[in-house]
Amino acid sequence: MKQLFDGDTWREIFQSIKKNRLRTFLTMLGVFIGIYIYIGLSGASKGLDNGFEKEFETVARNSMFIWAQSTSKPYAGFKTGRQIQLKLEDAEVLRRQIPEIVALAPRNVRGVFGSSPGVISRGLRTGNYSVFGDFPEFTKIATKKIYDGGRFINDEDIEKERKVCVIGERTQKELFETDEDPIGKFIEIEEVNFQVVGVHKFAGGGPFDNDSDIFIPFTTYKKLYNTGNNVAWFTVAAADNADVVKVEADIKATLRRIHKVDPTDEKAIGSFNLGEVFKKIFGFSNGLTFLSLIVGIATILAGVIGIGNILLISVKERTKELGVRRALGATPNNVRNQILIESLFLTLLAGIIGIIMGALTLKLIDMLTQNVEMPYTNPTVPVPYVIGSLLLMVVLGVLIGLIPAQRAVSIKPIDALREE
Amino acid sequence: MIEIKNLHKSYKMGKNSLHVLKGINFSVEEGELVAIMGSSGSGKSTLLNILGMLDELDEGSYTLDGVPIKNLNETKAAQYRNKFLGFIFQSFNLINYKSALENVALPLYYQKVGRKERQEKALKYLEQVGLKQWATHLPSELSGGQKQRVAIARAMAAEPKVLLADEPTGALDSTTSYEVMDLIQKINDQGNTILVVTHEEDIAHMCKRIVHLKDGVIVEDKKVEQVRASQYV
Repeated sequence: MKQLFDGDTWREIFQSIKKNRLRTFLTMLGVFIGIYIYIGLSGASKGLDNGFEKEFETVARNSMFIWAQSTSKPYAGFKTGRQIQLKLEDAEVLRRQIPEIVALAPRNVRGVFGSSPGVISRGLRTGNYSVFGDFPEFTKIATKKIYDGGRFINDEDIEKERKVCVIGERTQKELFETDEDPIGKFIEIEEVNFQVVGVHKFAGGGPFDNDSDIFIPFTTYKKLYNTGNNVAWFTVAAADNADVVKVEADIKATLRRIHKVDPTDEKAIGSFNLGEVFKKIFGFSNGLTFLSLIVGIATILAGVIGIGNILLISVKERTKELGVRRALGATPNNVRNQILIESLFLTLLAGIIGIIMGALTLKLIDMLTQNVEMPYTNPTVPVPYVIGSLLLMVVLGVLIGLIPAQRAVSIKPIDALREE
Repeated sequence: MIEIKNLHKSYKMGKNSLHVLKGINFSVEEGELVAIMGSSGSGKSTLLNILGMLDELDEGSYTLDGVPIKNLNETKAAQYRNKFLGFIFQSFNLINYKSALENVALPLYYQKVGRKERQEKALKYLEQVGLKQWATHLPSELSGGQKQRVAIARAMAAEPKVLLADEPTGALDSTTSYEVMDLIQKINDQGNTILVVTHEEDIAHMCKRIVHLKDGVIVEDKKVEQVRASQYV
């Protein structure tokens, strides 16, 4: 240990390293590439991870959409091909029967799925926009960012069937003057006056989102379009720790029961499970992280073995020198420690250079992808991983250095001196 | 200084055993300059290796400066070598990537002498062998004679009890050989004990005593009139 902090030891090591620059360089290359690949790959996969997270930050992770289609099997006296219609009452049953549901928002819409959009006008300006009938609970599943001064639909709006609406950025641009504050102003939806209570900021993520969408209270929608208790689809968020696939299956089974659909009829109730998609995406980036760990460790291992090998050759080459040192009074420990420290030093130096170069490369990629449409944000490698890989290198460097060190010690000084 | 009694050494070569030293009795007083002579295979190098603790004896005893040398482990042997002995080799054995000064300082490094003191001492011994101005040169920039002088300075640096020289002039032409012998004589004049292994008569006669080895036994051990090497230089 004392030898480790002795300036003379290091002078000795630097001298013997400097003696053969090319060999030293090649020795370090293996470990350098290993740690560089490890840092680069795991940073990139972390960046991808962050990117996905940012892309979908407005949508609840384990959310899903459930809608009704037509049956594909006859059941309970009904013919096949019967169109199922989801009802507002279904929501209550679902909430009651499936405790994993934390938020459930029945929704209606005009303007997507082939239905004609709402006709909106304000003064002389008119336009066709999608109109959604929504409950406030919807924001628990997909966050709507509302510009300052505005709000989303609230419970009172629902209760009193208020004629209020939340409009999109584009709707505002097309119906209002640029310097006009739309909050409190009125627009006509299907020739009925609605007061604007908020402007939502467009954030992609949901499947049918648009920057011109208009949201009105579900109850108002019901009256406006005469849809009764019909629901186009349910948007559901499950508890964070719930199994989204099971929740999805439970919901569909419950709906089949309510609407008297054959329990084995897979077509009657349609669904899109965002949670499962998320799982796959994050599974992919987790897999990438894992892969980079495996590749990185394997390359580091190969690099360290390379160092061991080259040190072994170096010991062989220096047999005579080591013999002379032994004759001059170097103890076996002196010799062993010198080679161990040399191995450790080379491994660590290569590793640190690899970490620095890897970090610089990540920074470069980050800068280059700043303005590119790509799920890639803030690529970083967690500090514990870096420290872990450094520790791994220290351990491997010492272990692998033991082989040439032992070889060096096992040579008797007299045999070493005879070597020509 | 050196006391050897009934020394036996044999080497195993496969099934055959080669008996190299067959009962050597031999002692050296402080301040002696002894030449060990013999043809190749006579056992002179083996004797020197045992004296230098580079090899172990099979039978008999070896006492160096009152310390019995036996059953040494490698660490102990290294410490004794460092403390008691200075080596001069036929092929100089300087470390080729270290300067003359660093080579001379190396035994002091293993004695854990501080860097500054080490360099001062090394420079002092380099000056003694007349190579002070070559201190920063690498061995590859020195002539054969200069290399051997650096090696002698290195052997002296640790201030050992005994200098062991194995064919110190074997790789040198005769003029350079005499220069090196002149240096060895001067060091001996200062009271240092030196053993020189050689097979050259003229070199042997520059010592004060000649021990003849033949087939593993001492056949002749005589004091001689020392021929000063300086007259040839």
